[in-house]
Amino acid sequence: MRSILPILTVLLAIVALWYAAAIPMNIRAALTQAERDGAIVTPATAVERRDSNAIGLALKNPAQIPETLDQERARLPTPHRVFAELWDTTGAKVLAGKAMSKRSLIFHAWITLSATLLGFAIGAILGIALAVGIVHNRAMDMSVMPWAIASQTIPILAIAPMIIVVLNSVGVQGLLPKAMISAYLSFFPVVVGMVKGLRSPDAMQLDQLRTYYASRAQTFFKLRLPASVPYLFTSLKIGAAAALIGAIVGELPTGAVRGLGARLLAGSYYGQTEQIWSALFGAAIVAACLVGAIGLIQRFTMNQMGFNR
Amino acid sequence: MIWLAFAAAFWAGAWWLNSRIANSSLARQRWAQLFVPVLFGVTILVVWECVVRGLQVPLVILPAPSLIGARFAAEIPILWADFLQTFVKGALSGYIIGCGAAFLTAIAIDRSEFLQRGLLPVGNFVAALPIIGTAPILVMWFGFDWQSKAAVVVIMVFFPMLVNTVQGLAESSAMQRDLMRTYGAGYWPTLLKLRLPAAMPFIFNGLKISSTLALIGAIVAEFFGSPVVGMGFRISTSVGQLALDMVWAEITVAAIAGSLFYGAVALIERGVTFWHPSQRR
Repeated sequence: MRSILPILTVLLAIVALWYAAAIPMNIRAALTQAERDGAIVTPATAVERRDSNAIGLALKNPAQIPETLDQERARLPTPHRVFAELWDTTGAKVLAGKAMSKRSLIFHAWITLSATLLGFAIGAILGIALAVGIVHNRAMDMSVMPWAIASQTIPILAIAPMIIVVLNSVGVQGLLPKAMISAYLSFFPVVVGMVKGLRSPDAMQLDQLRTYYASRAQTFFKLRLPASVPYLFTSLKIGAAAALIGAIVGELPTGAVRGLGARLLAGSYYGQTEQIWSALFGAAIVAACLVGAIGLIQRFTMNQMGFNR
Repeated sequence: MIWLAFAAAFWAGAWWLNSRIANSSLARQRWAQLFVPVLFGVTILVVWECVVRGLQVPLVILPAPSLIGARFAAEIPILWADFLQTFVKGALSGYIIGCGAAFLTAIAIDRSEFLQRGLLPVGNFVAALPIIGTAPILVMWFGFDWQSKAAVVVIMVFFPMLVNTVQGLAESSAMQRDLMRTYGAGYWPTLLKLRLPAAMPFIFNGLKISSTLALIGAIVAEFFGSPVVGMGFRISTSVGQLALDMVWAEITVAAIAGSLFYGAVALIERGVTFWHPSQRR
């Protein structure tokens, strides 16, 4: 609670900086427009303006500053315009009963989210399975684990376009290719975190179970699995964020049809900056919801298991 | 058929050897810890090669490792130019600017608890966002060349680095700070002699996370527009031409660059934080 005031201050500072930055970013376009409308601007021609710096231009033409803050297709759209666009494509569509129309950001976010969730589920399940194998088999541990760790230093995202195109050429389209990229990205964080978690019981606890004459399965279900829960949730959060990035990047090479990544790409093709920014905020909201939801499940599970007592 | 049988036999043989080594007393020795993963990697390459040949998988789906290797060797000048453009110009410069800026910001807000309490949650939140999405905006602002890629990298590495540095600076214990005060040390000597060294494990953690992010940022930003050179450009155009051996060669370059970059940071870390328990042998 004590942190609310500082956080609000920081957020306000960011918004203020954003507005301040919009003036020099957009002043040139505003001046060009004003010149076309017949207003007098200094310097008078576009050629002279090209060589002068943007902040100087803003100071010399204070009359055009308000226009920089409320410009169509601005280089840096101001926050209120971005949020107006965000509302137009989400809340307003819901009120109009067209939440799933193609112009609605909710529709695009859902496309991306469904690929993310499917991929995340596949990646997490495979990751947990591999981690269980690694913990119980020394040969697997020694051969696979170094590669799992090394693979985290590799920019795996670079293979995303290839997976999309290759799967497309064998006739797999739509959700599954994106989900595979998401699965691949969320797989390794889960493996590494889960192995750490399954190994977290110390020798004393393992010895205790041995004195109880517990079988390997009993040791696994009664000690290793419960002990790994905190590690699992931490790596699931990382994995979910990675899965979302994978799904967004996976939408780029298909030619910008549906999804948040497609909105980004279409916005950058047609110079619709507000669309890019609103897609960006849409992605941020989805990411926050995903990580927040896992956090909630984590808190509930850990409370039920008695971790926080 | 022979190829597939050979692949199965090789897999079985290698696995048998690996599990023999792993379950014997040899497993503790250093050469065994290196040999087992290397043999596993070689096995995967051999199986890949044999399966591609045995099933005659077309080139546009999965090229054989030998083809990729041949392409890699043949295209070294192009790959090197792409590497310079994407890694040295885009990723590395952005990495240095971004990590440097984050470090200085952390020092600047170090004295204000108010700013820290405000910036840390925001930074943590932003670090989990798909920042890669800012790439089209930054390409629009800074043009197609490496400057826009460096800008994407700066934004991507800034927040993880900031959060880690601030956490690290809070790492020294009250007892240690009191000791510095009894020595009559002011803010700056305490910072330089106690708190920065104590923060080094965290700072290097941030640097290591950032090293991976930097390469990803530079490559993906090129998907949104680039000059006709660069790893991301080459990957997206080669995919378009279905020249998958070239794509794999480029991915090999990315993998090598990523691991070497990470390894270099880890090596510096070992030198700087030699006192930390995780570095002792």
